[in-house]
Amino acid sequence: MSAVNPLEVKNVTMQFGGLKALVDFNLVMAPGELVGLIGPNGAGKTTAFNAITGVYAPSAGDVVLAGERVNGQKPHQICKKGVARTFQNIRLFKQLTALDNVRIACHANCTAGFLDALYQTAHHEREEERILARADEYLKVMGLAHRRNETARNLPYGEQRRLEIARALATGPKVLCLDEPAAGMNSAEKVELMQLIRSIRDQFGISILVIEHDMKLVMGVSERLIVLDHGVTIARGKPEEVRRDPKVIEAYLGDAYLEEKHMAVPAGGEAT
Amino acid sequence: MRAWPIVKSFLPFVIGAPIFWALGVITPEAFRLILITVFVNIVLAVSLNVVNGFTGQFSLGHAGFMAVGAYTAAKITIALDGVQLAFLPPAVSDQVFFAFALACAMVTAALAGLLVGMPSLRLRGDYLAIVTLGFGEIIRSIIENSKPLGQATGLSGLPQRVNMVWVGLCAMATIVMARRLATSTQGRALFAIREDEVAAEAMGVDTTGYKVRAFVISAAYAGLAGALVSNAIQLCTPRMFTFVRSIEVVVLVVLGGLGSITGSVVAAVVLTIGLEALREFQSFRMVSYAILLIALMLTRPQGLFGTHELWDLPFIKRFSRTAVRAKEAP
Amino acid sequence: MTEFLQHLVNGLSVGAIYALVALGYTMVYGVLKLINFAHGDVYMVGAFAGYYLATLIMGGSYDPDATTATIFVQALVVTVGAMIICGALGYTIERFAYRPLRHRARLTSLITAIGVSFLLEFGFQLKPWFKTPIEFPPGSSFRVFPSLIPRSQWEWAENTLGVSVSNLDMYGLLMAVVLMIMLQYIVYRTKFGTAMRAVSFDWQTASLMGIPVNRVISWTFVLGSALAAAAGIIQAVSRPKIDPLFGLMPGLKAFVAAVLGGIGNVPGAMVGGLVLGLAEEYVAGYTDSSYRDAIAFSVLILVLLVRPSGLFGRVTVEKV
Repeated sequence: MSAVNPLEVKNVTMQFGGLKALVDFNLVMAPGELVGLIGPNGAGKTTAFNAITGVYAPSAGDVVLAGERVNGQKPHQICKKGVARTFQNIRLFKQLTALDNVRIACHANCTAGFLDALYQTAHHEREEERILARADEYLKVMGLAHRRNETARNLPYGEQRRLEIARALATGPKVLCLDEPAAGMNSAEKVELMQLIRSIRDQFGISILVIEHDMKLVMGVSERLIVLDHGVTIARGKPEEVRRDPKVIEAYLGDAYLEEKHMAVPAGGEAT
Repeated sequence: MRAWPIVKSFLPFVIGAPIFWALGVITPEAFRLILITVFVNIVLAVSLNVVNGFTGQFSLGHAGFMAVGAYTAAKITIALDGVQLAFLPPAVSDQVFFAFALACAMVTAALAGLLVGMPSLRLRGDYLAIVTLGFGEIIRSIIENSKPLGQATGLSGLPQRVNMVWVGLCAMATIVMARRLATSTQGRALFAIREDEVAAEAMGVDTTGYKVRAFVISAAYAGLAGALVSNAIQLCTPRMFTFVRSIEVVVLVVLGGLGSITGSVVAAVVLTIGLEALREFQSFRMVSYAILLIALMLTRPQGLFGTHELWDLPFIKRFSRTAVRAKEAP
Repeated sequence: MTEFLQHLVNGLSVGAIYALVALGYTMVYGVLKLINFAHGDVYMVGAFAGYYLATLIMGGSYDPDATTATIFVQALVVTVGAMIICGALGYTIERFAYRPLRHRARLTSLITAIGVSFLLEFGFQLKPWFKTPIEFPPGSSFRVFPSLIPRSQWEWAENTLGVSVSNLDMYGLLMAVVLMIMLQYIVYRTKFGTAMRAVSFDWQTASLMGIPVNRVISWTFVLGSALAAAAGIIQAVSRPKIDPLFGLMPGLKAFVAAVLGGIGNVPGAMVGGLVLGLAEEYVAGYTDSSYRDAIAFSVLILVLLVRPSGLFGRVTVEKV
């Protein structure tokens, strides 16, 4: 694995009209790192994702992928360069089967073109088989092989989220951005997801950036955390340090809570 | 041999040609034009389906591309009328030139599609509808003001070259093109764009590029249809290609089901023949279209077939190659 | 110079009509995010409604023996009557063709709108079913809109500026301006207007705030259709040849005007209409006027390529 960091975000600011949704956001991901991005609602976490994946061009600052500055490139170009994501509100291709959802993600690496498809060349056939095999493998990894031919919108919620992850993985990324992957899951599913995320990192060696609200999950899965509030990074570091940081507690629970507790360490509790 | 798959891909046409020739022979003269219109409408509906149905865009400019193709082919066939390739019998030579004219029609229409699509497809759906409508009208405006293209009276006296084999093969070609597209990676990318453009873009699909490609392919086949239809009636006027024509094709696609090739074919057949049968009620034709459209949208917006295809039926799937491939996977 | 002024006058007249129709497009798009393809045909219906009303009330054109006051009152009655009829038409279209589809894909509504447009255009082209008291539907050939007000040239303009302006053009322009001012007042100074703007921003929240969204949308259609009817009458009074398809081009051009001004933006539609009218007049006047219709489409394409949100529109960013 190359020593170049797959993702570096340098002082990125996102400004929409008068509103600064993200201010001086910095992030360096080493290969195979698990980083958590947390903060109250509206803190700018998804905006950070959007800036990284090219949905928005940064108002200021740089997004650097494997040493290459990618500001202003379109999302599909950034995807081909190795960044994949899931969405806060699931954005599956609802009318298509689970298999097709994943196969489309294999598109990024497909070498056959339109003419190959129209004339049914051998190249096309080979690519189709390769994509099919690859899609099946990712479905298996995420435990969705039995849902292969099921229409995406008919899947239970937890499986839809897993399908979205399978789809993102199929693009062959170096950095995977998961936007609230555990939303709507029960605790058993969340534990499974935690293990799944770790096994993905172990198996594929990719860096994973997770936005999550469930503290147990994100503390359990992340090697380090970044905390945003109103677009500003208020804390960063190892999970144990961050959860004791008074600024973080204040952001989540308000200063009344801090006063009540005399600004002390919250006794073993998680800020949720 | 390596070229075998490509040769195999031409097989349907080799089989189809004699069938269409036979059809042309047995069809009584009275029904000849109707049948030709049915095949041409199949080409139109299926090609529009690629943009409106597969990719989920809303193009209202199909008639404009028909016009481009029609006039291209018309000029070429008129110019080459009487010219002959020395080493071929006259009839065959004429057909060769006609094939050349059709190919040129597709190329110019495709170019027009590129010119129109590239700037327009960055826009949201509703805007695209208006812009494509506008471009269709601009194309017609240019033709109406162009002396070499016969202005409002158009071009007449086109040499008769079209026969049942041509229209049949072209209809088949369009269906085959659409089907191969739908079962390929590229086609799936188009579906993805239709389902969720943002997600498709995030998964590595160049959405604008693909929308343009779909548009160009669709325009090319529209040009083909235009060339066929103008040659069939040996006349080429701007009034044949108004936006009303575009809307008629949209009705075919919507009625059949956006995204269903089968639907487009069935709708083309049913509506063309149905409207012929109701020829006495010609004045009610457009009003019937309108009521049909409104009623359809209110009651069954997915059309006759929705996004389903004939070849998705279980017993057909069992014999299909793709199904075999899919079942072979673990 | 006279030519320049003549084009100015003509351009403003034409532009005022585009503006009135554009307002209907922009208001409906604002609240429903729907391009009401049938709006141009409401303009056509307005002109025909005026035609039929004039036939019924006055037996056709104005009575040369009547007093000026009577003539004006009758003209006003015809105009207001047509506006009411089209308002009702707009309400009906929304209620039965668009409202049931509000929760479906936008494409469905768009196709329905095309259907309604066709229904009006070709329905009016059918041969008449009734002969008395009016011939309805009017059929596909031209009808001559009756003369509501005696036509006269404005002599001062003719003599000092060399510009040919008729009193009908002036009245038309005046009425258009009055209507636009009234609409501006309604949209920005009344409770209804605020409700309409609230719905155009976010109808779900508006409904949670107690705004009767369905009623607001219906009244938006009524207003827009009434304005279109007024535009139809203004146009028919100065250029009396009307036929069922005469709303097609003006409708499309008015849509371009709405987009030019920023679709969803009320003052934008007014400005867009005037700008388009002037642009059309000047370009057609100084170059080859056979490309007149293509000018509007070229403007459209230019706007959509350079600044899709229009002159006054807001650039919306989709939340991912």
